[in-house]
Amino acid sequence: MKLFRRPSSAPLWQDEFSVFTAGERYVNRRQFTKFLTLTSLAMFVGNLWILARSWFYRAPAYPRRVVARADELAVGGTRIFDYPAAGMSCILVRTATDSWVAYSQKCTHLSCAVYYAKEQDRLECPCHQGFFSIADGAVLQGPPRRPLPRVRLERLGGELIAVRMEGEGA
Amino acid sequence: MKIDPPQSRGLTAIDGAMALIVILLMVQIWLLSATLESFLAGHREAALPGAVVSGVLFLGCLALYLFVVRIDAEARKG
Repeated sequence: MKLFRRPSSAPLWQDEFSVFTAGERYVNRRQFTKFLTLTSLAMFVGNLWILARSWFYRAPAYPRRVVARADELAVGGTRIFDYPAAGMSCILVRTATDSWVAYSQKCTHLSCAVYYAKEQDRLECPCHQGFFSIADGAVLQGPPRRPLPRVRLERLGGELIAVRMEGEGA
Repeated sequence: MKIDPPQSRGLTAIDGAMALIVILLMVQIWLLSATLESFLAGHREAALPGAVVSGVLFLGCLALYLFVVRIDAEARKG
């Protein structure tokens, strides 16, 4: 926007009403097209951001941590533990006499805490009814599109040890 | 207000370009969403093709915008 007018320029009214009605159709369309193109640029920048994150991604070092004793839970029992860092809740489920699985407790939709529904034998998110398979964490139903990150467990003697996370995004 | 035929043709061309931009933009939004989902699921190999295709779509939008600007300039000239 010009702050000062040159004395020899067009009449004042042309500054205020610089576009004729017929031309206004063009101006509106051009401005809207400019807005769409800038939105397209924003999408491209978003993709570049993801690319940069993937290039500079460093896989975290997962600690080995004892999460429970093998005989601590009954079949169908659960236990919440933090892994790989404090505040990152995971859920351990004993699915059979000799089978334990553990997943991140954070729903992949909007991060609500999932819980184990014993009757249905699945993990459920109470916020938006997202259901996950207890076998592999895959989405069974609902708005989540990604499976739950899985905590890989090892059994050493009588203890269950978390060794790493699988399927966890950056 | 009645618009003379050349102006009307210009408007039709601009409308067509706008429709194409909208289609490209919808594809680009879907692409960003899919790439993000894939990235968050730990599949980082999708990031490069996603960025390349998104760049091509942006260039398409930019070309159409420049086309609209040219039509607009021609219509204003006379």
